[in-house]
Amino acid sequence: MTIDTSRRTFLKGSLAAGGALIIGLRPDGQLAAATADGHLNAFVRILPDGTVEVIAKHFEMGQGTTTGLATLVAEELDADWGRVSTVFAPADAARYKNLAFGAQGTGGSTAIANSYLQYRKAGAAARKLIVEAAAKSWGVAETSISIDNSIVRSGEKSAHFGELIGGIDAQSELGEPTLKEPSQFKLIGKDGLSRKDTPQKINGSAKFALDVAVPGMVHAVLIRSPRFGGKLVSFSVEKAKSVPGYIDAKPLPTNGGLVVFGRNTWAALQAREAITTEWDFSSAENRSSKQLIDYHRSLLDQPKVQAVKGGDLAGTDAVLKGADQVVEAELIFPPLAHAPMEPLNCVIEPTEKGVRFHDGCQFPSIVQGVVGHILKIDPSNVEVKTVFAGGSFGRRATPVADYHSEAAMAFALLGGKTPVKLVWTREDDIRGGFYRPMVAHRARVGLKGGKIVGWDHRLVAKALLLNTPMVSEEVKKSGVDPATAEGINDTHYAIPGMSVGMVYPETPMPVLWWRSVGHTHTAFAMETVIDMVAEASKMDPVELRLQLLAGGDKDQQRLAGVLKLAAEKAQWGKAADGRFQGIAVHKSFNTYVAEVAEISLKDGAVKVEKVTCAVDCGVCVNPDVVRAQMEGGIGYGLGAIMRNEITFTDGVVDQSNFPDYEPIRINDMPQVDVHIVASAEPPSGVGEPGVPPIGPALANAIHKATGKRVFELPMTRSGVKFV
Amino acid sequence: MAIKFNLNGNDVTVEAASGTPLLWVLREELGLTGTKFGCGVASCGACTVHLNGEPVRSCSTLIEDVANTSVTTIEGVKGAAAKAVQTAWQKLDVVQCGYCQSGQIMSAINLLATNPKPTDADIDEAMGGNVCRCATYVRIRAAIHHAAEIMEG
Ligand code: FES
Ligand code: FES
Repeated sequence: MTIDTSRRTFLKGSLAAGGALIIGLRPDGQLAAATADGHLNAFVRILPDGTVEVIAKHFEMGQGTTTGLATLVAEELDADWGRVSTVFAPADAARYKNLAFGAQGTGGSTAIANSYLQYRKAGAAARKLIVEAAAKSWGVAETSISIDNSIVRSGEKSAHFGELIGGIDAQSELGEPTLKEPSQFKLIGKDGLSRKDTPQKINGSAKFALDVAVPGMVHAVLIRSPRFGGKLVSFSVEKAKSVPGYIDAKPLPTNGGLVVFGRNTWAALQAREAITTEWDFSSAENRSSKQLIDYHRSLLDQPKVQAVKGGDLAGTDAVLKGADQVVEAELIFPPLAHAPMEPLNCVIEPTEKGVRFHDGCQFPSIVQGVVGHILKIDPSNVEVKTVFAGGSFGRRATPVADYHSEAAMAFALLGGKTPVKLVWTREDDIRGGFYRPMVAHRARVGLKGGKIVGWDHRLVAKALLLNTPMVSEEVKKSGVDPATAEGINDTHYAIPGMSVGMVYPETPMPVLWWRSVGHTHTAFAMETVIDMVAEASKMDPVELRLQLLAGGDKDQQRLAGVLKLAAEKAQWGKAADGRFQGIAVHKSFNTYVAEVAEISLKDGAVKVEKVTCAVDCGVCVNPDVVRAQMEGGIGYGLGAIMRNEITFTDGVVDQSNFPDYEPIRINDMPQVDVHIVASAEPPSGVGEPGVPPIGPALANAIHKATGKRVFELPMTRSGVKFV
Repeated sequence: MAIKFNLNGNDVTVEAASGTPLLWVLREELGLTGTKFGCGVASCGACTVHLNGEPVRSCSTLIEDVANTSVTTIEGVKGAAAKAVQTAWQKLDVVQCGYCQSGQIMSAINLLATNPKPTDADIDEAMGGNVCRCATYVRIRAAIHHAAEIMEG
């Protein structure tokens, strides 16, 4: 089997696949007809026992999508929640594309937003077919039929769904099904629906990719370059030969690494330890953290791209010269690893026409395109069997399908007939790149009479979206990487004279979206500086924010709404003795979140006692899932901002596993109170938006308690100690 | 080498290279995949099992040290504490991705079996070795308190 490895063609391959898959499809193509196997449409299947099986086009990494999609179908179908189950869709963008992307995939907190009408329509269409079938078999008018808790009734007659599927007309033409009015909702927005994935996840039976075993499978681990961009020059396997279970080792055709095969994971890991390698680092990232930080800071003086429409650096500069006072801040953010709990892995096995992946797959369309290209097979012959993902936080969604490519190459290197499980260890994960990039911000804010008159913002970070096949021509032309500038260049605060100058540093270090993407740093920069402006203009931080949000547009109203709610619920300004509060508010992924962090000090060390969160995500499909995502997002953001960083010595990552990339633990976790704003706006995502405000809310609380600002992250770098 | 031990109530004999961690034997030789690999260095608790009733990290327990012991994994938990913990986890919908939860539950069962009324500090102490990257800690704490109430009856 030959392998095509040029990176450019990888990308072209995935683009072409994405493009070909979406051409000529009607948006309602999936609502076709019923078949004898109970398939009422692409999203709903009824089993003979009456169980409603909802086919989830999005993967489940813990964010509650399977529960959300099931709720949408069950609502319109009036199904009994206890008799609804979920399965993952196969890779087939024609039926299962994300309507926000045009390809099949999950990300950007879009799962429920893009599915809200689609899955409700699927449920309503299924309902219509069942009502028609019941009317026909009972000889009654459709209007006499009601459905409640999966039981179909007309007068004395009743049946469960499974008893009626035989009578469904497979050729039935479906018009636009009628959806319920929100006032008729019995499930959407209601508490008490248990998560669909809980039972399997509390008894050990939930299957993740790492749990998949197929007959004849071998196990593979990789030796990757210790510095990003290094090339394998030579290796010796002599010592590995005596490791029980060692099979073979083969260099990747890219020279980016060496694949080590073993009879089981432990054998592969032991053999890997015994192998020695030599690398060419001439075009690798060889710098240490200090050099990288200095480089990023130096670029702050050389903005290349203006990220604000109509922004004018010279004009802003002139305004700042005439200001009474200039508030200044320069901030540095470290690279961050996602560290999902389940280390990256997947299984690849041969099929008659191609291959099949078992994967907690975040972006099936990209996997199909990239792997199809590598193995020179049609993307449609790359099957993906999606299983639960043990977290992702963005890591499983790479535009280059990095670990799938490795698995495909390993599979081809063994001859293309033997199933391969590719496993990353935690060390591989922490050292493997695809980080939230290193970022530098600088803000200079001019005040006159206590009011903002100009804002010169600089932002330096390696671009995330530009240069990927996912980006539109328009964005490419603008030169503004939306995934880096978001949260600053589109701020809803009324800020006159704002300029955002950006530069993209050069480094071979691979970077990636990390839960909440650009907002991981822009919210921190914005909400720290706003707090400094409040201090400089002697205003209460909530009052100042409300003043900057008083323009009356919808975004401002919703931001002000969550801000006021969080402040009220946290008893803002009335902290008990020994407690200190900080606040931040931010919009991301069309969801509005405000958080108040409340801390205490013990011998100068900070204890995060409590976080009060207010969220406006439009129509809230599953309130308890929304609360869980806010709790989890706050915890995830908090751990990183407190103490996580990837640092380098001569290009080699200093950290390797949890002991030196210490995750947030139960004793670090504050009490969290979540308040959800009632809203009739379209639903928006919740997986990410809980993250951005927690860092600045905590930093602002620390300032309140100690008078010190946090400009260098993680906070431990700025001298903050935690209990 | 052949190692004999009791697993979830049944005697088993496995063939494994000496020095192999119990974790990989459970998962890849015995097919019990509920016990998870998270770090391999006894730092995350995803691989927690009970060895003669005590919680241990199976990633750092060598197979030869398991000979003639009894091992319980998430698939084989029984008893009042286990029932209370799983009931509480279900009621509060603790899980998100779920990957850490076998280990969380194994640690929580042991905590409640030895301390039926744990305080927040007891919970921090007993659960501090179990990482949850989804940060479900608020609910883990609440569920342990709830399980204690269930056991009290
Ligand atoms: S895998 Fe054993 S403690 Fe992490
Ligand atoms: S539920 Fe995902 S790591 Fe704990």
